[in-house]
Amino acid sequence: MGYHIATSLNDALDVLAQTRARIIAGGTDVYPSMGDGPPPAELLDITRLDALRGIDQENGAWRIGAATRWSDIVKADFPSAFNGLKAAARQVGGWQIQNAGTVAGNICNASPAADGVPPLLTLDAEVEVMSTSGTRRIALSEFISGARQTDLRPGEMVTALYIPILPETIQGRFLKLGTRKYLVISIAMVAALIDLDENQRIRFARVAVGACSAVAQRLPGLEAALIGTSPKTVAEDSSLWRSHLAPLSPITDARGSETYRTEAAATLCRRAVLACMEREDG
Amino acid sequence: MGSSGAGFPVAFTLNKSSVQAVATPGERLSYTLRERLARRDVKVGCNAGDCGACTVLVDGEPVCACLMATPQASGRTVDTLAGLITYDPLAQRLAESFQAHAAAQCGICTPGMMVTAVALLRRVPKPTPEVVEEALGGVLCRCTGYRKIIDAVCDAGRGAWPEPPGTGEVGAAIRKLDGQSKVTGQELFSDDLATAGSLVLRVLRSPHARAGFRFGNLEAYLSEAPGIEAVLTADDVPGQNLFGVIPGFIDQPVFAEHEARFRGEAVAAVVGDAEVMQTFDMTRFPVEWVPRPAVEGIDAALSPCAEQLHTGHANNVMCSGLVRCGDADSALEKADVTAEGQFTTAYVEHAYIEPEAAFAYVENGRLVIHAGTQAPVMNRESLALILGMDEDRIRIAPTAVGGGFGSKLDLSIQPLVALAALKTDRPVRATYSRAESMQSTTKRHPAQINLKVGAKADGTLCGMRFDGTFNTGAYASWGPTVANRVPVHASGPYCVADYHAASTAVYTNGPPSGAFRGFGVPQSAIAQETLFDELAEALEMDALEFRILNALSAGQPTVCGQVFDKGVGIKACLEALRPAWKEGRAAAHAFNLDAEAHDSPLRRGVGVAAGWYGCGNTSLPNPSTIRAGLRADGTVVLHQGAMDIGQGANTVIAQIFAQALGLPVRGIQIVGPDTDITPDGGKTSASRQTFVSGNAAKLTGEALRRRILSMVNASETSNLSTAEGQIVVADTAQTHRIDLTKLPPDKEGYVLQACESYDPPTKPLDENGQGIPYAQFGYAAHMAEIEVDLSLGTVKARRFTAAHDVGQAINPLLVEGQVHGGIAQGLGMALMEEYLPGRTENLHDYLIPTTGDMPPVETFIIEDPDAHGPYGAKGLGEHVLIPTAPALLNAIAHASGIRIRQVPATPSVVLAALREAGHG
Repeated sequence: MGYHIATSLNDALDVLAQTRARIIAGGTDVYPSMGDGPPPAELLDITRLDALRGIDQENGAWRIGAATRWSDIVKADFPSAFNGLKAAARQVGGWQIQNAGTVAGNICNASPAADGVPPLLTLDAEVEVMSTSGTRRIALSEFISGARQTDLRPGEMVTALYIPILPETIQGRFLKLGTRKYLVISIAMVAALIDLDENQRIRFARVAVGACSAVAQRLPGLEAALIGTSPKTVAEDSSLWRSHLAPLSPITDARGSETYRTEAAATLCRRAVLACMEREDG
Repeated sequence: MGSSGAGFPVAFTLNKSSVQAVATPGERLSYTLRERLARRDVKVGCNAGDCGACTVLVDGEPVCACLMATPQASGRTVDTLAGLITYDPLAQRLAESFQAHAAAQCGICTPGMMVTAVALLRRVPKPTPEVVEEALGGVLCRCTGYRKIIDAVCDAGRGAWPEPPGTGEVGAAIRKLDGQSKVTGQELFSDDLATAGSLVLRVLRSPHARAGFRFGNLEAYLSEAPGIEAVLTADDVPGQNLFGVIPGFIDQPVFAEHEARFRGEAVAAVVGDAEVMQTFDMTRFPVEWVPRPAVEGIDAALSPCAEQLHTGHANNVMCSGLVRCGDADSALEKADVTAEGQFTTAYVEHAYIEPEAAFAYVENGRLVIHAGTQAPVMNRESLALILGMDEDRIRIAPTAVGGGFGSKLDLSIQPLVALAALKTDRPVRATYSRAESMQSTTKRHPAQINLKVGAKADGTLCGMRFDGTFNTGAYASWGPTVANRVPVHASGPYCVADYHAASTAVYTNGPPSGAFRGFGVPQSAIAQETLFDELAEALEMDALEFRILNALSAGQPTVCGQVFDKGVGIKACLEALRPAWKEGRAAAHAFNLDAEAHDSPLRRGVGVAAGWYGCGNTSLPNPSTIRAGLRADGTVVLHQGAMDIGQGANTVIAQIFAQALGLPVRGIQIVGPDTDITPDGGKTSASRQTFVSGNAAKLTGEALRRRILSMVNASETSNLSTAEGQIVVADTAQTHRIDLTKLPPDKEGYVLQACESYDPPTKPLDENGQGIPYAQFGYAAHMAEIEVDLSLGTVKARRFTAAHDVGQAINPLLVEGQVHGGIAQGLGMALMEEYLPGRTENLHDYLIPTTGDMPPVETFIIEDPDAHGPYGAKGLGEHVLIPTAPALLNAIAHASGIRIRQVPATPSVVLAALREAGHG
């Protein structure tokens, strides 16, 4: 067994190239996944790499370092399109978890109920992946390839997320549904980004649903159908939601039935879009 | 780069001191702090970030120490409660405020709560309750219902908190006498006593609900594993490989033999050096499993083709109970209205934040066991049989208990460490993981209940027929108690002349069901109290007035034919809710009209339910003994063996004793519990400690007082006080000074002693359940105000109003604490809690309420003195959750019109019921 503390990015990539070390940052998924068993044989600690933590803008995009914590997201000075991501950040576990858990950890864990994924999908996040043989970027929607599965290959690690800069008028929202208020794994969750034209009709729409399929997903059909609609239509036309949720494939488990998830997802989509249209802060 | 295989040296600042430690790769900071740096104020509840008990500050930020790799703390600043309390003024204010609000009950979550609160108050000096709720949302508490904690944090921010008047006499809301250690990180719980160098035991458990098994070559396994000292199986049990709690139902093996009967059952244990066991892989244990078809659930157990799980129990029926009076069936035929229904409830997990842990060693040829327990003397009796040892060679010296709620009555981990300590002749410790705790210890019985009730047109009850089947799981535990208790209580606190209540407990391959706050009565109350609402509705009567009309009064017989001359306070409880009820129902109505007009999916509702609970064992002796002595220096020492599991026995029993003796409670020294030094205070169960041990304390205090007074022939009304080496007795005429230094001390150093026992007067029940099951009942009525989201099926509790007849509140502050905590558990049972073996074996899949789920509670304390209770006091511990779940279900019905007959009423269940009823 070994515990490696990376002192530089290259150092980390070398360790990954030479070992099958599991990366540890906030530990909020690594430790629970151990159950009552021993720790992984090799761990690579990336929390000492300052380059991996932080939020800034470069080349017309937001860059969120892989080891940026959820509490950093909560505190960040983002435009209103990020309101959904910030709301999700405040619901990743409790305060203790938000102070440890990282954005990249959340996507690499690839839980169908990962809180960060739906808002990041609506933000069109791209994942930067590095290894000793180079750097590549991949859309988040392709990076998470299944429940608990990612496109990460041996020797690779996520180093950052990139989010294109969006118009300041876009509003983001995130709604999470669970059986209790805090420290809860979602039964269903929805993130939405909406922008309105001068007639208060939707001109820009992105909606993603989590915990209702193996991987959280955008609903392009719904997004297209929303273009041009008025708040009244959004509020009153229930057919709008049900007909475009077909891509979802919710399961029945202890948290909720398939039927329940489908219905709840429709309600949450509607409420998230309406909330965006109300243009309240935060 | 830094890299390490064997050991990882780390240095950081811990509580303002520089420390160094060598951690194994992947070691959690919580382990390093507790085991290498002796910071056992850092509590471990789940090792998964689900409970927040291990919260420490790293560079000022609250994090779960169980999720941080120790090297990540290198060079940083780490603060724990025990440090903060010495140098951080906010922590010191929090400690005072927590004490003033009795915000620490068992105290196991307190370090995590207070450390998080320090971080909050540094950022937000005067937070609102809403801000505190969110900040503490990551720390679970199972005792308090959170509201006292939230109040304490807000008051600490303001710098002002309530201070009770009085000197601690009966009725004074004094701070907990044992509270200081809980708010400073000094309290020692089950896992906090083990000494360095102790061997560590881990358990091999069945992964199947039912499976045969064969071990491989254990000798070879033992010899090939370095650092392993012993392997234990059923062959290593020198006495009987059985334990249990009810004579005639002692059926659970310490280690399964040939067949495991539930998932999580222990079949073997490995004992080794701590460093080896820290990363030991139990999956390599040489065992071969042969899974067999399991009997899952009540229907499967009762099916004619079901496997018979225990010999001598045909049809898997463990036992049954019956109470009947009058003629239920003909009364139901004569009734003007009837209501009936089938109800189901789930396995409920106690979910105390402290998993089981124990530490055992041999000292002077005697076995010593330190572990949290609710029943030290019962534990010793069972252990003597298992170990084949005389009881006097076993000493049980319990630690503080980090929550019990019934499950820590039974033996669990104690026999394992005892066997290991005897076999290795070395100190041995063990700690259950959260999964082990949840898999292997007892649960609340799942129930299937059929109930029919009737009433006349004038609203008086007319006939009730109850048939309840309870899943007792793989072993009996307290199943017989549930089967006996439920028929006595299923009427609720009402006058029911024609009654027939039968109960059956069946064996399955589920986890053993045992004692859990209420012993089956919370389940039966769900059926009875929701159908009472339906009767009232059918009669177009107000639901509260219907209950008041039928409430039991002094002089009326219970369904067991027992008649109380006094102390039946249910009507007063229900009447106390009247103003809030009228106001709440009207407000909900107005809200709903507005919601309908604005097409909002939110609906509000107000529900009421009542409950009663007989204190002490059902028609069986359950004495308590309390002893006290006076030292030559004037110190009064109270030998208090009644386990305080957070509810406050250490304080309440001392208050009663002090009142009877006539000295201030604060000067009294409390020792115990410890089977070597305290007499048997009985088990902390059945809401009996305030009543039964309280009476023993009262008798002991009175006896000691008589002995003092008789020395100077003073009158009974004399005032006592102590001075150095003296007792001062002030009679109306003169003042006597007794020089205690002149009196000969006994071998314990006491110049005077008293020891008294009390056993509640009960009588056996006849074949129809008629008799005197309990010497006293306590009474309760709860009102729940909720909001339902008709589109999502979510239910949010907005407020509770609770009225409890406690006879005489010994300490009103602790009464409120019990009420809050019971309501939180009732809310969990009603809305979210379901233990599913293999699926909800952790605290993120098994959900208990958080700070954000538990609304404010208004408590009315009703005092209708009991004939037998000390100063009229009644028990309370279980009454507090009995009405909660049905009050919530009735509130859901008021809000939405739907009647839910299964708990938990999760959003999925509620929405399905709404759709079935045609909503949306």
